[in-house]
Amino acid sequence: MTHIIETHQLTKAFNSLKAVDKLDITVESGEIFGLLGPNGAGKTTTISMLCTILKPTSGTATVNGFDIVKEAMQVRKSIGIVFQDPSVDDRMTGRENLLMHANLYGVPTSEQNNRINNVLKLVELEERADDLTRTYSGGMRRRLELARGLIHYPKVLFLDEPTIGLDPQTRDHVWKYIRELKEAHDITVVLTTHYMDEADRLSDRIAIMDYGKIIALDTSSKLKETLEGDVITVKADNLEALLSVITEKMGLQKAHMVDDALEITVQNGKSLLPRIVDMATQNKIYVESIRLREPNLEDVFLHYTGRTIRPDTTKELHGLAEARRRAAAR
Amino acid sequence: MTELRGFYTLWLREVKRYLRDRVRIVSSFVTPLLWLVIFGTGVRLSLPYPGLNYQQYIFPGIIGQTLLFTSMFMGISVLWDREFGFMKEILVAPISRTWVFLGKMIGDSTDAVIQGIIVFVLGLLLGIKLNIFTFLELLPIMLLVTFGLVSIGLTLASFMGSLEGFGTIQSFINLPLFFLSGALFPLKGASIPNWLQIASRLNPLTYAVDALRNVILGGAWTPFQIQPLWMDLGIVGLFDLIMIIIGTWAFTRMK
Repeated sequence: MTHIIETHQLTKAFNSLKAVDKLDITVESGEIFGLLGPNGAGKTTTISMLCTILKPTSGTATVNGFDIVKEAMQVRKSIGIVFQDPSVDDRMTGRENLLMHANLYGVPTSEQNNRINNVLKLVELEERADDLTRTYSGGMRRRLELARGLIHYPKVLFLDEPTIGLDPQTRDHVWKYIRELKEAHDITVVLTTHYMDEADRLSDRIAIMDYGKIIALDTSSKLKETLEGDVITVKADNLEALLSVITEKMGLQKAHMVDDALEITVQNGKSLLPRIVDMATQNKIYVESIRLREPNLEDVFLHYTGRTIRPDTTKELHGLAEARRRAAAR
Repeated sequence: MTELRGFYTLWLREVKRYLRDRVRIVSSFVTPLLWLVIFGTGVRLSLPYPGLNYQQYIFPGIIGQTLLFTSMFMGISVLWDREFGFMKEILVAPISRTWVFLGKMIGDSTDAVIQGIIVFVLGLLLGIKLNIFTFLELLPIMLLVTFGLVSIGLTLASFMGSLEGFGTIQSFINLPLFFLSGALFPLKGASIPNWLQIASRLNPLTYAVDALRNVILGGAWTPFQIQPLWMDLGIVGLFDLIMIIIGTWAFTRMK
């Protein structure tokens, strides 16, 4: 078995809407595979099918060599899942949650204690293990869920928006754990995210998803290379003169005016930066500011979709309000 | 083996959650106490059963009522689990839905029986004549009664998306079943209209209450019983079986 996950024309339609449209992806054993896309791109639907929660409308897929429809139980035993929304039992302690999971997944009784202590240590929750999880912070619950996903030694760990709604510090922590988990347990990680930096920092390969389709799939650096290069933004007192200097004397054709600045797309921004300033000075143009930006996944996304990936903040805020309402209702 | 451990862990979860809910346990004293003390002593119904006072008569009925209301209410655990996300953890576990249903159902039944035991103890404190053998005989019977009722609650909840609708359906099912069970007043005899007698005979809780009376009141009830204990239990068991099959099916299609 070469690929831990393979999908063939995997499709999920809700009425007339194709949430996932003829998806063909392969995930290599041991990699961190990122599914990146805006809300509603079909990431969660894809994961739900691979986790056997949803049945595909058409197409097939295998996880760890098992068919997601015909061998759903085998697939379930092979995977760990951290859902987008919290899913721990808040009336149970952290340890009890882990023990329940171990029992549901058939971890041998003799190994349960050992494994539970190990994962608790990994996510640094040993001291709070015997407190009810309702007293945990959002970040702690997330860590507990990560720990839980590992107890039965899954081959693949699915993380659906693992850091949504977490503060920056906790996000950093969670990222660290994910990388450590992967190293320590030699598992494959599939994560969905609509955070560019998250996909960039964690993933070995990234699939950019939009409207149910994969529109680009490669390593982060290769994806960035597909862009023309760096972007230099210059502000000067005479932009028109500068534009003609740059296009005619320097031979940089990809330059255009954007509002009150000039944007130049180049291959080797770092070395061109001082030359542009020099040329401007020689031509009596005063450079007010100059900025070099190396492409990020945001640009990649923009390049492929023509849209920026805007985290849907209203939805997130709504989600938080909802969580608070639930907490208050208890 | 794996399935049995999954079943056990789900059962244990229901029981632990119940025992940790102090408010629910304390409040479980109140309703039956009101019925037994205020209703049971205030109402002076002329029973067609010589040798039995009204409080004695309704005591098994109040146990039945407690089992009914608690069991039905247990369905709400499905809605809570869905609301708070834990349901997903259960639904993606490599354990068949039959065992998921049985774990939850028997766990909830255990909780309901604990409520029944509390009422039993209340009866002792109120001076109703009871003994340890009655208690031991009552335990499995209470459990048998709750299986079917919990299954109804879980089945209904599995079809429902929100907590809001659950209360309404409760009053559409709980109160009719309760009033038609003969728990509070006899529903047979010449003075009772025919349709009411038929409705009562179609109510599975009627036989549950009759079974409880057969055990608790013993010989004093025998002349008035609807049918012998074994027949009551047969009907309740059959009802359980049907509801468990429906409940398992409902859980299988749950997403």
